[in-house]
Amino acid sequence: MKQKVSKKPDRHPKDELLREDRIPHIWCPGCGIGSAFSSCITALKKTGIDYDRLAVVSGIGCTGRVAGYLNLDSFHTTHGRAIPFATGLKLAKPEMNVFVFSGEGDLFSIGGNHFLHAARKNIDITVICVNNMNYGMTGGQVSANTPTGAITSTTPYGNAEVPLNLPSLAAACGAVYIARWLSLDVRRLAESILEALLKPGFSFIEILAPCPTAFGRRNRLGSALDMIKLYQKNSVIRNGVHPDETVIEEGKKMVLGKFIDTERPTFLDRLSKTSELKSTAWPKKEMAAQR
Amino acid sequence: MTSKRVLTGEHFINGDEACTEGALAAGCNFFAGYPITPATEVAETMSRRLPKLDGTYVQMEDEIASIAAVLGAAWGGAKSMTSTSGPGFSLMMENIGLGVITETPCVVVNIQRGGPSTGLPTTCGQGDIMQAKWGSHGHYEIIAISPSSPQEMFDFTIRAFNLAETFRIPVLIMADEVVGHTLERVTIPPAEKIKVINRKKPTESPKTYLPYKTDSSLIPVLPNAGDGYRIHITGLTHDERGYPVPDAETQEVLITRLINKIRKNRDKIIDYEDYFLDGARIVIVTYGSSVRPALKAMRGLRNEGVKVGLLKLNTIWPFAEDLIRKLAKKVEAFVVPEVNFGQIALEVERCASGQALTKLISHAGGGIHRPQQIADAVKKILPELGSKRNKR
Repeated sequence: MKQKVSKKPDRHPKDELLREDRIPHIWCPGCGIGSAFSSCITALKKTGIDYDRLAVVSGIGCTGRVAGYLNLDSFHTTHGRAIPFATGLKLAKPEMNVFVFSGEGDLFSIGGNHFLHAARKNIDITVICVNNMNYGMTGGQVSANTPTGAITSTTPYGNAEVPLNLPSLAAACGAVYIARWLSLDVRRLAESILEALLKPGFSFIEILAPCPTAFGRRNRLGSALDMIKLYQKNSVIRNGVHPDETVIEEGKKMVLGKFIDTERPTFLDRLSKTSELKSTAWPKKEMAAQR
Repeated sequence: MTSKRVLTGEHFINGDEACTEGALAAGCNFFAGYPITPATEVAETMSRRLPKLDGTYVQMEDEIASIAAVLGAAWGGAKSMTSTSGPGFSLMMENIGLGVITETPCVVVNIQRGGPSTGLPTTCGQGDIMQAKWGSHGHYEIIAISPSSPQEMFDFTIRAFNLAETFRIPVLIMADEVVGHTLERVTIPPAEKIKVINRKKPTESPKTYLPYKTDSSLIPVLPNAGDGYRIHITGLTHDERGYPVPDAETQEVLITRLINKIRKNRDKIIDYEDYFLDGARIVIVTYGSSVRPALKAMRGLRNEGVKVGLLKLNTIWPFAEDLIRKLAKKVEAFVVPEVNFGQIALEVERCASGQALTKLISHAGGGIHRPQQIADAVKKILPELGSKRNKR
């Protein structure tokens, strides 16, 4: 009698962090979220952090679905509110490493205010933002990061607005780690996500990713491959450059790299100290006396 | 500032402070909020007390962020709370819905003021009662309680946490400015006399565990983040695994359970006090700051020989429907004083379904009813009742 050989299908090394029972995912062929997601898993594995001590929070949108596919404690919240949700989770359970993975429409159009304050307070979370320059899930409407002049379903004559420059914004608010990569830069991106996850304080990574289905099609940018080639051709790596020099505008290459990597006490660091303080830290008594 | 969690003893504090002390006595260890009159004293007291109790106080950028942080903290295992008033309550609505569908235990305090909009920031209103029930989109059930004094702000806030932990739902404390700002004696019992309920934790292996599978209680047993279950929590319609399934069948199963979780457990949730209901022809139905003038009116009327009783609603939602239906068969009329133009009165009228008259005594806000107003309203309907009785 022939012996039964049970051959388990080969598992991809990243499958352990994937909710395999949720595949197939919703992302379109050629979408940049998939490779950004994959880079994130690479980084998560390299952190050496116990997976039970990691939590991911997403908002709403295509990128907002990331939380649903990661085999971690994962929270798919309301539109724009992933950062304050993550703030509550982190402050209540500081031993967990909490990161936010969401899109630019979610984090910066509807949720911009929360980003300002979480960065300012230096809440110890990592925010990973896929910027595909439009609202993909609802069919490609204008977002706070749609380039001026671009066609979207709600800017049929071209976008009259000026996009936010996310690294500048993050720097102005006090983020301790700021990087920007293409979804194509899988290794550099994974390295940045790894650094950001291990860095105490508010770290921010922007990922420029093609949305061939909604944004590419309307702006005649060709196939997904054409789009990513276009992004690659029109970008330049300038590590350490001032974030204000990374504005994405016509006629200039998109600046990629790690722009900020610094130290600042986190909210919880300061909180534990201020509750011990006997007097106010500012204004100093001497300052008051000078008046 | 003391590092004692339960301040056993007699205190002279206002309702907002009593609410905070109740929360702390119930084990609250996380507060996120945004300043707003007349709820600010809750946040201020929390900011003084929590850091000394190994808790976390954080002032957020707005009320949307506050409730989001409260939900996140709840999943981090905290007993979390926020406090606000009308404008902030409106901003919190979307995430209260997230709390309902994800079954997140937390407490939201609304010290109601006059509305709509900025309205009367420093004075009383009770206009958010229906908003508490219907304010977030979609159809759901909620638990809302209604303290009528600083002592009840302490006692009922403990109960609010216990209900939140038991039923895994945001519990709303629908107080008002008069209750929040009344300064009087509050007795805090010894810690061992305070009943504190903590959420159940799963014991099943993470391999076979289904987060949203429930027994006949209809209440899921869910872990906190970091417990090793690697749960997925979503605001989308989800199945027992917690995974989004966008179809009518899953919606039917989930929403029916969320509704029945409260409706079928209503006897465990609903709380009220009654006064002189036996033989009463008229019952004053009241809650919040309207209770005291209503009680005074009732006593005066009874001294004059009017057969009037009083029903004080300690919980507003779920509504004490069965009780009103039962009473409607016995009494001739309900009188409902409210600092609005008819919200609980509508519920009373619905449940009375023509078997007893329902009379609203409205108040636009900025103050509360005088006892005489309530007494006069009761007297005014007395002749109507006579004719109704003759027709029977």
